[in-house]
Amino acid sequence: MTSHLGLMALFALFVSIVFATLTRDDPREQVRFGAKLFAAFVGAGIVAGWVLYPLPF
Amino acid sequence: MRATAADRVQSSTTTYLVCAAAWAVPGAGHLWLGRRQKGIIFLIALILMFLAGLWLEGRLFPFEPSQPLVALAAFADVGIGIPFFVAKAMHAGSGRVVAITYEYGNAFMMVAGLLNMLVVLDAFDIAQGRK
Repeated sequence: MTSHLGLMALFALFVSIVFATLTRDDPREQVRFGAKLFAAFVGAGIVAGWVLYPLPF
Repeated sequence: MRATAADRVQSSTTTYLVCAAAWAVPGAGHLWLGRRQKGIIFLIALILMFLAGLWLEGRLFPFEPSQPLVALAAFADVGIGIPFFVAKAMHAGSGRVVAITYEYGNAFMMVAGLLNMLVVLDAFDIAQGRK
């Protein structure tokens, strides 16, 4: 659980839940938007990780 | 259908009391205004996020005016409200810099505080009848 990927996913989960609850009123919309946000956060984190991978510093 | 507290525009005194409650206990403002589902989600998610930060050995930063970045981090930490002071009183959140999860712990606690500030602003808007 304390791997970088696991902690990043946990962080993304908390932020997605709060943002989705803040910005949507209908529970079904909240779940849908929260899932999209979570996927976007984790996907962007993985892409950024691979983009930065070749950098020597 | 009975109108909830959120459906009415609150007086300015009540609005500021709602904001103070929302800051002190995450989700309390929404619960006060009758938005029970949102209030419970904020209460659980933000407190769990803050506790995760403590578990990850992050640091609750002190207000240090001579170090602006530390003071800003402290400002973010205190955004979570009463849990910050409870953790301080229990001598939790001293932070262990050599822990591999230290920076994650800091990020979890600071972001929990900042998200709670957004929740306070949302409660303010609801109390003003804007949402």
